[in-house]
Amino acid sequence: MSFRYASRRLRSQGLLKASSRLNGCARVTPVWQICRGVASTPTAEKVLFPGALNSEFTDTLDFLQPATNKAISTYRVMNQYGEILDKEIGVDTTDEEALALYKNMVKLSIMDLLMFEAQRQGRLSFYMVSAGEEGISIGSASALSPADVIFCQYRECGVYMQRGFTLDDFMNQLFANAKDNGLGRNMPVHYGSRELNIHTISSTLATQIPHAAGAAYALKLQNMQNPAVEPRIAVCFFGEGAASEGDFHAALNIAATRQVPAIFICRNNGYAISTPTSDQYRGDGIASRGAGYGIATLRVDGNDIFAVRRAIKSARSLALQDGGRPLLIEMMAYRVGHHSTSDDSFAYRQRVEVEDWKRRDNPITRLRKYLELNHLWDDAKDKALRSALRKEVLSAFERAEKVGKPSLKNAFEGVWAEVTEEQRAHISELRDIIERYPEEYDVGGFEGGVGGLDELLKGKEGS
Amino acid sequence: MTSKTPPMRILSRLLRPQPSTKHYSTTAPNARLNGTVEYATTPILHHTSKSALSNPELPPHIRTGQTKRINLYTAVNEALRHALQSDERVLVFGEDIQFGGVFRCTMNLAADFGTERVFNTPLSEQGLVGFAIGAAAEGMKPVAEIQFADYVFPAFDQIHNEAAKYRFRSGATGVHCGGLVVRMPSGSVGHGALYHTQSPESLFTHTPGLRVVIPRSPTQAKGLLLASIASPDPVIFMEPKILYRAAVEQVPIEPFTLPLDRAEILKPGTDLTIISYGTPLYTCAAAIAKAEQDFGCSVELIDLRTIYPWDRETVLGSVRKTGRAVVVHESMMNAGVGAEVAASIQEKAFLRLEAPVKRVAGWATHTGLMFEQFVIPDVARVYDAIKQTIDY
Repeated sequence: MSFRYASRRLRSQGLLKASSRLNGCARVTPVWQICRGVASTPTAEKVLFPGALNSEFTDTLDFLQPATNKAISTYRVMNQYGEILDKEIGVDTTDEEALALYKNMVKLSIMDLLMFEAQRQGRLSFYMVSAGEEGISIGSASALSPADVIFCQYRECGVYMQRGFTLDDFMNQLFANAKDNGLGRNMPVHYGSRELNIHTISSTLATQIPHAAGAAYALKLQNMQNPAVEPRIAVCFFGEGAASEGDFHAALNIAATRQVPAIFICRNNGYAISTPTSDQYRGDGIASRGAGYGIATLRVDGNDIFAVRRAIKSARSLALQDGGRPLLIEMMAYRVGHHSTSDDSFAYRQRVEVEDWKRRDNPITRLRKYLELNHLWDDAKDKALRSALRKEVLSAFERAEKVGKPSLKNAFEGVWAEVTEEQRAHISELRDIIERYPEEYDVGGFEGGVGGLDELLKGKEGS
Repeated sequence: MTSKTPPMRILSRLLRPQPSTKHYSTTAPNARLNGTVEYATTPILHHTSKSALSNPELPPHIRTGQTKRINLYTAVNEALRHALQSDERVLVFGEDIQFGGVFRCTMNLAADFGTERVFNTPLSEQGLVGFAIGAAAEGMKPVAEIQFADYVFPAFDQIHNEAAKYRFRSGATGVHCGGLVVRMPSGSVGHGALYHTQSPESLFTHTPGLRVVIPRSPTQAKGLLLASIASPDPVIFMEPKILYRAAVEQVPIEPFTLPLDRAEILKPGTDLTIISYGTPLYTCAAAIAKAEQDFGCSVELIDLRTIYPWDRETVLGSVRKTGRAVVVHESMMNAGVGAEVAASIQEKAFLRLEAPVKRVAGWATHTGLMFEQFVIPDVARVYDAIKQTIDY
């Protein structure tokens, strides 16, 4: 992209030898990745270009035609009737675990329904549902170690729920009230939790993908520097639309070159707001890109929670092998709900198409069919569960709605580690204007009222 | 050498500079003000060990210690070396880092600390800065390098929307990427044209959550870089690349830090205050010497050092005393750092001002290869700004 002088002529002095600081972890590097220090010979039978060491010469002019490739297969464990396809391998969950996963998925879908409605009534400013993708988030989270570090896009509430984010935690964030751990700063559904090792969501798409690569590298080094630290991986979720961002490319490439223990999970749900995948890419989805980066890749039926779990479990152990490596998993799904509460998806897709997906196949009904086939569940139990969960969600909702707004200090604190002199001057000015124009500002609902600002002014007065 | 290759003699004759060859940046033959900067004698640099150790900002054990003469890239290298040595969380990476960097700032670090901690990244600024943010958010202290400040823009989103907002948006979870430092060579070199010349600091001083630091000398580079790595906030560290080899001075051998929230009065004066940072300080020092001689005035020179958050008190204290101010920087005048400094002076020292605050900055254009000397502030422009402001 740019001309960088000096670099080429100085490169010959490179320090190219492998590090001796790997603590004994043997790194397996494929031949085509060791593209360095190759001298050409006049009689070479094989390609010796450093950029593709393993390539052979051919005298046939033959373009690689992606269209002629067979599309990458979609892995599944059970079919849409809830029947396990390979009964010998079966599923990796006990009946209790399968029931718990089902209950969590239903809980998420009920929270989504009620919060979507709450937004429609104007009681929340914004909401985004996970409908159709509950299996991906809940299934993935259930197959990871709680210590694994997760980066989300925004349609992965199930990850939080599965890891132990409570209904109260969700509601406090949605209302941005005084108990919100985001301190009232973020839009609804931008959750985060240090205890659960999930980084706070930002609205900027795909920016979290290189973060996951860097975090995975940090986890790898921390384990190397101190083997007593448990081996961990980083996991990153993003949609197929976000995968068009430059950050996706940058992240997978750097993850591969640095061999980081990370799983990149793409939720391919067919739409990025109104844009269908046919306007998003022309290759075989996102999975086909993995090979180009030298990353092991799998495509999974995202409506099959057993397939999701098995894929993630296997990817996790691969990610930690040989000193670490990244993996790409494309989870196929259909975005059943609107993109967000600010979107009416029937402006760009047929209502019948959505209804079809809702009825024909989704992760919740598929697991329910499995449970029913195994006599673990029935209509009565389902009705009771749904009614109990509805009550739970509504009571958490009411609790959160009653909590006051966060302190005004949170508008300024945390930008830098310490409040700056400039900020103190601005806080004083704001405080002054609020006091002189009391009718113009409603500070009553905020914890401590205008006095919430005073804490930040203490100690450094007059400077 | 094979027989097919033209003999070296012919090649060198072809390439030999002819007397009529035009150099990129030259000064007019009779120039009295504009000339090459005399780095060997400039008062900006510490030419003796005694002067280097007289800096009251240095801790006592450093002030009684040893110094050695090094240039700015070596000072950066020594700071990185110390950081890598003293904290295993420190990582150094970027494009072409491993062999020593295109400006030699990372020489020998990969060999001494291993390629797990000092390594090349793919050629992607958004990728390597995003990677650094993720590593910092998981407790590491990455020092990422952007090869030229001109190429930081692909990483602009990561720096502005992610690094700067990470702590704020994480709220009570307390997660942040404060361990992050993004180093980048910046500023003019005489022949860098459009994409090896820029000083984009004002684009980052408009971002809450970042610290923007520009050192003027090897001592400052070492102390400020170590302070930046230790800082709990993400830091944009811009290194004036023309000074990498040119600025040589006595620098304390032991590691030390310098404050990230204080400007420094480089030269006291009573009639006018010049506020600048980085390379233009050398231009200012030369202009001040001539102006004081010619006009019998006394000029105070202030190095901002930390461009954001910046030290208003030192600047305002000086201007309240002198009543006149000139701000000098390389990047374009419009919405540049000078605009912020001038506006703050106008706001807080209005009654003490005896002349309008003058800005000497890059003109509203790009830096075309052959035109650099007309675009980047030079001694004549600073000299004239002093004259106009004193005469107002």
